[in-house]
Amino acid sequence: MGSGPSLDAPAPVGFAEKIWRINWGLVLVLTAIAGIGVLALYSAAGGRFEPWAARHAVRYGSALVLMLVVALVHPKVWLALAWPIYIVSVLMLVAVDVIGKIGMGAQRWLVLGPIQIQPSEIAKVAVILMIARYYHGLRREQAGQFLYTLPPLAMILVVVGLVMVQPDLGTAMMVLMGGGALLFVAGVRIWMFLAAGIGAVACLPIAWSLMHEYQKKRVLTFLDPDRDPLGAGYHITQSKIAIGSGGMFGKGFLKGTQSSLNFLPEKQTDFIFTTFVEEWGMAGALVLLGLFALVVVWGFSIALRSQHHFGRLLALGVTAMLFLYMFINTAMVMGMLPVVGVPLPLVSNGGTALLSVMFACGLLIGVNVYRDAQLPRTR
Amino acid sequence: MKHFRKGDGERSGLFTRRALVLGGAQAVLLTALAGRLYQLQVVETDRFANLADENRISMRLLPPSRGLIFDRGGIPLAVNRNNFRVMAASERGRGADVLVERLDQILVLGDADKVRLLRELRRSRNAQPVVVRENLGWEEVARIEFNAPDLPGVFIDLGQSRDYPEGELMSHIVGYTGRVADEDLAGRDDPVLQLATMRFGKKGVERSFEDDLRGRAGAVQVEVNAVGRVVRELDRTEGQPGANALLTIDLDIQRFAAEKMKEHQSGSVVVLDVITGDVIAMVSTPGFDPSTFARGITQAEWRDLLDDPQRPLHNKAIAGVYPPGSTYKMVTALAALEAKVIDPWTRLPCPGYLELGKIKFHCWLKGGHGSTNVSEAIAMSCDCFFYEAARRAGIDRVSDMAQRLGFGKVSELGLPGESAANQPTRAWKQEKIGKAWQHGDTFNLGIGQGYMTATPLQLAIMTARLANGGYEVQPNLLLAKATPREELAPPAPRTKPTAPSLRLNPQHLAIIRQGMSDVVNTGHGTANALRAKQPEFTFAGKTGTAQVKRITEREREMGITQASLPWHLRHHALFVCYGPVDNPRYACAVIVEHGQAGGATAGPIGRDVLIETMKRDPSRRTDRFKKMASR
Repeated sequence: MGSGPSLDAPAPVGFAEKIWRINWGLVLVLTAIAGIGVLALYSAAGGRFEPWAARHAVRYGSALVLMLVVALVHPKVWLALAWPIYIVSVLMLVAVDVIGKIGMGAQRWLVLGPIQIQPSEIAKVAVILMIARYYHGLRREQAGQFLYTLPPLAMILVVVGLVMVQPDLGTAMMVLMGGGALLFVAGVRIWMFLAAGIGAVACLPIAWSLMHEYQKKRVLTFLDPDRDPLGAGYHITQSKIAIGSGGMFGKGFLKGTQSSLNFLPEKQTDFIFTTFVEEWGMAGALVLLGLFALVVVWGFSIALRSQHHFGRLLALGVTAMLFLYMFINTAMVMGMLPVVGVPLPLVSNGGTALLSVMFACGLLIGVNVYRDAQLPRTR
Repeated sequence: MKHFRKGDGERSGLFTRRALVLGGAQAVLLTALAGRLYQLQVVETDRFANLADENRISMRLLPPSRGLIFDRGGIPLAVNRNNFRVMAASERGRGADVLVERLDQILVLGDADKVRLLRELRRSRNAQPVVVRENLGWEEVARIEFNAPDLPGVFIDLGQSRDYPEGELMSHIVGYTGRVADEDLAGRDDPVLQLATMRFGKKGVERSFEDDLRGRAGAVQVEVNAVGRVVRELDRTEGQPGANALLTIDLDIQRFAAEKMKEHQSGSVVVLDVITGDVIAMVSTPGFDPSTFARGITQAEWRDLLDDPQRPLHNKAIAGVYPPGSTYKMVTALAALEAKVIDPWTRLPCPGYLELGKIKFHCWLKGGHGSTNVSEAIAMSCDCFFYEAARRAGIDRVSDMAQRLGFGKVSELGLPGESAANQPTRAWKQEKIGKAWQHGDTFNLGIGQGYMTATPLQLAIMTARLANGGYEVQPNLLLAKATPREELAPPAPRTKPTAPSLRLNPQHLAIIRQGMSDVVNTGHGTANALRAKQPEFTFAGKTGTAQVKRITEREREMGITQASLPWHLRHHALFVCYGPVDNPRYACAVIVEHGQAGGATAGPIGRDVLIETMKRDPSRRTDRFKKMASR
């Protein structure tokens, strides 16, 4: 598999061209979403920049730099790094699980010197890279065959399993659904999805028996929030009250009673959407969802314009991940899904999640910058 | 390179198709989110706005301050004073164990209190605070405040608690308050009663005037945060304090009567205004210290009070039942006169006993009184006369007269725990004993013995109705009530009874009263030693001795006398009286439990209390109140 100059080969792209090819409109949209995050966090702290809003702005600034740097890295580098990144993230997940076992209790963090790392955030991106790389190396017919579907399935399930035992149901669900979306666009036959769906339904009782007590409670509470209005159902109920009482145009900036009087749980992380929507109403919510929809549309157009399969799958995987993040979080706080710990990307307070999202966006923009790069179909 | 491009073209086509499907799915999901937003924020927004307000706005009741209680002269009998108390709140008892342990370390709660506190914390809804301890001293308040960071949900609250300045002297009349019990809630839906700090009348006037004294709760609307801490006040409605009560009791006479009772172990004195029914004094000894209830009585103290043979918690004036003995003879006489089976001049023989079949009914005077008319019989307390009078009148008419004079039923006084005692009738005996009424029963009833029992209050009521010319006065403790204290004033004095007349023949009443006057004021009267030294306080009365244990002939021969019996087997001593003799205004009944002889033990107390009452004449004098009120 050589890659020499050919008639079809595009002219090499210069640095200025690369900068030009960065989707600055997308960068603007991402910054607008992060700006909403700063606003909501400022309000969640009762009208103060401390402890969340200021830090969020600073973090976004550095993550923006990281994103732009990542965007300028040639996809072949990521193609080469896919395996190492995947293996390192799996090892870190194992480490987290082992430490969690010893420390008795849920453990999601790995402390490396001065920084805390959440390996599941890295693993999410690693899975996308791995699957994109795998299908990049397959022929069209192979992609449709059952045997060739097993390796990527294993890659997904290893990570899902390790994240599940942490236990972090939300992230596990995201990896599973994001991976599934990627397999779908990569060309896996529809009947396999149907079979997997039927199998999953059949396995529900087993999964149920493996779930932690609090997870079962959350599912039951989701099905009937009034079961325990002061216990597990409290979060959902209070969140719905906050969103509903916001009405069309909200209660006004810094005037949200549910968040300022602490009826909202986790108002700076998982329930930041609620905090924002209580004060800005349906109008604010639609603006925020519209910005996310713009990101998704941009992601699809980047994926469709990529000349190489790796780029297509990478771009679509990142887009699907962003969409799932956003959808699961907002659906959860509106009582459409069980309460699972998934932050709202770019808005919720939290460093690792922000960095991993911006890293993924860097990969997405990179696909656009190097959309016509020639990539060998390596295995 | 060709196959590469071709293969990629195929792949890219499939990718594009599938990507579009995925994008479509995402569009559907986004639409679902928007739809959910519409549902929550447009369709159901009013409901959620209400729920948000319910969350943040909390109504807190402001307990009203309890009405004060004064004697007829305006001397405070029950007042409120500031009470610092520790309150604790926890949501459904969360962390209650730790909290109670910490409180125990700081305040030393004791096991019973710890159990109660845990139970109340677990039961309290919406993190309603419960009372940990009341009446804190400064040192305890300081200790709680100092440890505040370790005591989440614990705070100091300034409330009011009841204080009884006259203590034991007024304990049975004023009573005391306690925590609201479940049975107190029956028929009362006042939400203020749900407050942990609320107190409810348990005994005495505190109980009978509870609904007047309590007042109406105010309410304050506050904004609270999720742990129930008040952020700011939104709205306030002031409540209304409870009504203040002016009692008919004259504290000076009450104290005088209690002093007189001191030399005896237990007993009771009741003084009534015969025109108005006002209770001027009502003493039951021994009493109890109501402050032990106000500060929270301990198990041990409660046991001691209950186990005391002289029953300090028992208001003997209304709940003590005794055979009235000879004080009942006026009833028998009046029944016979009204039935016209005797007339004022009828003389009946007394050979010392009467025979009924094989049974001998003895007169207390061995050898008998010879022959007496009705007023002489009362004056000398001749038993034989009343055996015969009762026999002639019959059980039904005696019993009916007794009930008209107040026996056998609860009065309209209103104090909790009043007994109806027992006025026997044919029907009563058939039902309760299962036997028919016998002639012997009528003989016994004629001299106030046998099945007959009465309370001191009933004896005073009977005396008052005889003295006021046959009006059905009811005893009464409340002179006036008013919410603003300035408006509290006694009503204008009355000189004529407003109660309905019993329609008794005035001549018959006059004969009875003559007999009662002769008891005290003639040489042959049984209580001549008691007669008043000053003519303006001349009074009338009747002695009585109620059998507790019958001393048999054999025992009498063995030399057993009343004084040699153990205390609890000795006779009760009774005395009823009224005065002044020509224009009666006050009636008094005295019982000294196991006091042996009416004339000797109960009589002097009755005389002294009655004369003291006549001297002070509380019913006609309101100047003392004006002096108190203007202070």
